[in-house]
Amino acid sequence: MKTYNNKGSVDTRSGFGAGLEELGKKNANVVALCADLTGSLKMDAFKKNHPERFFQIGIAEANMISMAAGMTIGGKIPFTGTFANFSTGRVYDQIRQSVAYSNKNVKICASHAGLTLGEDGATHQILEDIGLMKMLPGMTVINTCDYNQTKAATLAIAEHDGPVYLRFGRPKVANFTDENQTFEIGKAVQLTEGQDVTIIATGHLVWEALEAAKELNEKGISAEVINIHTIKPLDEKAILESVAKTKCVVTAEEHNFLGGLGESVARTLALHKPAPQEFVATEDTFGESGTPAQLMEKYGLNAKSIIEKAQKVIKRK
Amino acid sequence: MSTTQQLQDFVTQVRRDILRQVHQVNSGHPGGSLGCAEYFSVLYQEVMDYSTDFKMDGQNEDLFFLSNGHISPVFYSVLARSGFFPVDELNTFRKIDSRLQGHPTTHEGLPGIRIASGSLGQGLSVAIGAAAAKKLNNDDKIVYTLHGDGELQEGQNWEAIMYASGNKVDNLIATVDYNKKQIDGATDDVLALGSLKAKFEAFDWDVIELKEGNSCDAIKSALAEAKSRTGKGKPVVILMETEMGNGVDFMMGTHAWHGKAPNDEQLTSALAQNPETLGDY
Repeated sequence: MKTYNNKGSVDTRSGFGAGLEELGKKNANVVALCADLTGSLKMDAFKKNHPERFFQIGIAEANMISMAAGMTIGGKIPFTGTFANFSTGRVYDQIRQSVAYSNKNVKICASHAGLTLGEDGATHQILEDIGLMKMLPGMTVINTCDYNQTKAATLAIAEHDGPVYLRFGRPKVANFTDENQTFEIGKAVQLTEGQDVTIIATGHLVWEALEAAKELNEKGISAEVINIHTIKPLDEKAILESVAKTKCVVTAEEHNFLGGLGESVARTLALHKPAPQEFVATEDTFGESGTPAQLMEKYGLNAKSIIEKAQKVIKRK
Repeated sequence: MSTTQQLQDFVTQVRRDILRQVHQVNSGHPGGSLGCAEYFSVLYQEVMDYSTDFKMDGQNEDLFFLSNGHISPVFYSVLARSGFFPVDELNTFRKIDSRLQGHPTTHEGLPGIRIASGSLGQGLSVAIGAAAAKKLNNDDKIVYTLHGDGELQEGQNWEAIMYASGNKVDNLIATVDYNKKQIDGATDDVLALGSLKAKFEAFDWDVIELKEGNSCDAIKSALAEAKSRTGKGKPVVILMETEMGNGVDFMMGTHAWHGKAPNDEQLTSALAQNPETLGDY
């Protein structure tokens, strides 16, 4: 079984910050907007090196999203930065009308997604954002798994013409993907090859899926792990090919099971090739305060939970 | 430059277009549209520097954003009669497969529209973004916007108003259609706006009061004055007092025609008050 090494844990938001700073040097049309969370979003380097293209909006996310839409009219490529909760739920109508319906080339970059925001609690831990964003026609939805992939995705979305939601997080997590990877929007990445179960994971759950696959392997179960960084458009071909072989699937995400990656996979399977599926996701609940590890354990979003679901789904074949 | 009579003829034809559009589909918003017929006519016939060979980026052109998108009938009429698309297309307003959606949108590719509007309160922010992009592009043209007065009840406007003065967005001329009416009644009864002048001044905007918002000459002067105040470190707003339903006697002095179309008989009466000048579509 192919294994992956953690090259040192680092937060995905820092991958965004590094990608944004590189874009600042490479692409004069890239502008950045932030709603009073420059440090949290790791936008300091861009702000320092490209002050004329950095817009401090203040605590006014609605104004930020609509302003970004307006900037595209002058040929700019705006990257907005705030927490995932304030990037989506708080400004849904602004995104819907001024960005998605108007088809503006805005990149909505969202940190601190999901439970792993930790101690701030449920007011800040959005678990509904993937669903909200994937429902918008024309919106591309990306949830990256580590520092290197987040950096690569940040660079890639600047080249994509159209609105994008890029979701990443706060905690330090394993950095295991290639430093110099090419990020292809909409293209799944098969991480391990397996015969018994397909594990389709996104975001922070990808590393957990690899850890789960290792343990399953020791138990004699061969798991195929697929990293779905792009939830919309979904790489249906990769999913169907894998499930045709394994005949069952576990989806894993730091998101509500309603509206998330799991539902997108279930729809794909229902339309083309029905197969048993288990969901590693929060179950229609809000989060709470705690450390990221405590929360992921309590809400069943870790390797242990993936292993249990994998064993369960195999029995349902 | 048109003569005063030519401009007045343009306004009269625009009124006819508004009335006929909403009557044909028995829906749409004639009241605010009629109240702003003079503003739109002056803006597109006299003030703005633009090309009808429409390009989304509008570089080195003046831009206009309609924030209160429900007054689309006046916007569509003036765009068509200014050469952005065929006047006959007004016949498709609010019908299936039309580029003239109930509220303006870029989705169907109608020339002259740069952002969807309709859900209120977003246009000023969009315009500030476009104005910021102009500065980055060393483009010294102006960004114009129009907002309903009732629309200022939406909180996002005040985020944008605060941002614009705080960041010296001085290539922007916002106009408020100050007719003091909204769907449910007088703004004072629905949610009192207080003194808009004092509010904008408190937010450090340069405020121009235009009492005769249905006079082409007065609008022209106000817009010229506003333009002379751009580039001086402050955003400029014109508080333009208008009469909702202006030019049709039974539609004036009431909020009743905010979002209601005239019936056949009412249309006949309204058109008789506004005889054809440039040819109906």
